[in-house]
Amino acid sequence: MPNMSLNKVPMPEQEPNIRNKNFEEVTTGYTPEMAIEEAQRCLNCKHKPCVSGCPVGVQIPEFIALVAEGKFLEAAAKIKETSALPAVCGRVCPQETQCEQKCVRAIKGEAVGIGRLERFVADYAMAHDTSKKEKPEPNGHKVAVVGAGPAGLTCAGDLARKGYAVTVFEALHTAGGVLMYGIPEFRLPKAIVQKEIETLKELGVTFVLNFVVGRSETIDDLFADGYEAVFVGSGAGLPTFMRIPGENYNGVYSANEYLTRVNLMKAYKKDSNTPIHRAKKVAIVGGGNVAMDAARCAKRMGAEEVYIVYRRGESELPARLEEIHHAKEEGIIFKFLTAPLEVLGNEETYLVTGLKCQQMELGEPDESGRRRPVPVAGSEFVLDLDAVIVAIGTSPNPLIRSTTPGLDTNKRGCIVADEDNGITSKDGVFAGGDAVTGAATVILAMGAGKRAAAAMDEYIQNKN
Amino acid sequence: MYKILEKKTLNANTKQMIIDAPHVAKKALPGQFIILRVDEDGERIPLTIASYDREKGTIMIIFQEVGATTKQLGQLNVGDCLHDFVGPLGRASELEGLQKVAVVGGGLGCAIAYPQAKALHEMGAEVDLIAGFRNKDIIILEDEMRQASTRLHLVTDDGSNGRKALVTEVLKELIDAGNQYDAVIAIGPMIMMKFVCETTRPYGIKTIVSMNSTMVDGTGMCGGCRLTVGGETKFACVDGPDFDGHLVDFDESMRRSAMYRQQERDALEHECNMHKMEVQ
Repeated sequence: MPNMSLNKVPMPEQEPNIRNKNFEEVTTGYTPEMAIEEAQRCLNCKHKPCVSGCPVGVQIPEFIALVAEGKFLEAAAKIKETSALPAVCGRVCPQETQCEQKCVRAIKGEAVGIGRLERFVADYAMAHDTSKKEKPEPNGHKVAVVGAGPAGLTCAGDLARKGYAVTVFEALHTAGGVLMYGIPEFRLPKAIVQKEIETLKELGVTFVLNFVVGRSETIDDLFADGYEAVFVGSGAGLPTFMRIPGENYNGVYSANEYLTRVNLMKAYKKDSNTPIHRAKKVAIVGGGNVAMDAARCAKRMGAEEVYIVYRRGESELPARLEEIHHAKEEGIIFKFLTAPLEVLGNEETYLVTGLKCQQMELGEPDESGRRRPVPVAGSEFVLDLDAVIVAIGTSPNPLIRSTTPGLDTNKRGCIVADEDNGITSKDGVFAGGDAVTGAATVILAMGAGKRAAAAMDEYIQNKN
Repeated sequence: MYKILEKKTLNANTKQMIIDAPHVAKKALPGQFIILRVDEDGERIPLTIASYDREKGTIMIIFQEVGATTKQLGQLNVGDCLHDFVGPLGRASELEGLQKVAVVGGGLGCAIAYPQAKALHEMGAEVDLIAGFRNKDIIILEDEMRQASTRLHLVTDDGSNGRKALVTEVLKELIDAGNQYDAVIAIGPMIMMKFVCETTRPYGIKTIVSMNSTMVDGTGMCGGCRLTVGGETKFACVDGPDFDGHLVDFDESMRRSAMYRQQERDALEHECNMHKMEVQ
């Protein structure tokens, strides 16, 4: 008999006013008892609507049934059949718009906590699974993956499991991409990302760090070096700025720069020498997950007032519900229907002093289907600030498209690739993730990496 | 890991190192830079490639010990390894087709002006190399620069070696003497580059400057190195580091480069204190 409670077993978490001063993980995870109790809420539906909502097709009812029986390691193995990074996905996937949105239990009450269970199982396996990973039988083929982010890691894992000799080229000094430089420690502990990467190394994947494809070598060079196919998962790294006056005052950061300084360069550690502006009053412009991450980091770095400035309304916020909820609990102040007009600064010190904003109201729906914000006349006001973080999106890096003849890109600079298989206009080159879609989510990038891996396998097998 | 193969002291606080980095040497061109980290928790710092040897797979860097990281770097010796060394980054200088060029280097900037002059000289261009230093004690690469130019004009601010003059005075004299340059390349402190640009502007001579901005990743990701060129925002790391100097907003760039000065001082003090503690 399933557990018919309408609500999920609550997730233990740090108190808001304690956690907004530290970088420890916000939610502390289910205990085995909690996991079993929550797993028993699953109805094990025959038509598995949840699986259709998962970009990588995790066998959700099957793994949850194993959790309910207390077979946690078996449950982990079940997830790993389809997902390369379960401990990551359990933490950062927007489940409410994917698997959990399709859950039958959500019709009346809350969906089964699929993400929480995935995280529990992955963490349990990391702590308890001592079995030695067997390296797959080599198939004699060499492939290259450009970028060690979620798309690249997934693609590399799937190809390594098929016996390919996979080399991942990463521009930064650490593998992981946005999982390392972008998503903060309190939401995704870096030790977990590193463990997932270790698992790939055990499978035989080689990582070459400090290697910028497009500069150190081009894609054509990689083919000349004997790689038979190349996956490009170079992400959407280039920050977009607002193009408003005052944007180059000192204290205006792209979210990428701010998060990189805090996370990758470890400015969050007390003894770090990484330079960062210790602002007291900060505004983040934007309403996505990156904006929430930047806001919550700023709070933890000692800011007293942290604002989210967003030009649409609360219901239009693109961030995950959990992030919005956590941000509010931690004291982040939301300024909805507010558009930035100008960054104000001190002409002597060149430091930011404020952000001139304008109140908006919602008008007719625009091409995205969301109601277009229109300015309210005479509603200008100034927020006193000493830092502004711009989190309004990113676009793909030009390094690869400008050095790879024959690789088509669209007018936004994204690589043109078939959504089903990652095939690009250039023979042997596959692409996926943010480099193709523009900034999106970790799990969508993973799904693209997975589909491309299957297509690369087919491409090489057919060629030989 | 990237091994230090040679180390040389050029002046009291400027050092030169040759690093084993075959991946970087394979593609490096004049005008490009690298980013290094000394150790696992180190800061990423950009340094321009002073020269490269493709066959040996090595890169030469020249740096001034001004901050915590460069001081730490200066304490390493031959045989020690750098944790990270990535490149070549940035766009290579566009030197093709230039037949007569004035290359202006200021202080440490001469370490970057030198490879440019050398490349031009090897291409058969006529090169006037104007090198300016504060005083005789900090002169670097004098012999190398002499070899890499048609004429070397060495000046000091105080006249302690060579002529007492500013590089802009020498440049103006050369132009007024009828030298017709295809381009002027200026590399050095921003204030010097700004005045070189002011000097050449009335003559309409194309002037290329190398913008060594504060940056984190060097691949276009952080936007910290942004500057305004001709009214547009550009990233020094991917759009540069070379730009048309007549279009660069130097005043803004100078103020941006001062952003972390206080923290850099604090970090230095922290390092010094740590050092004192070790000594005690």
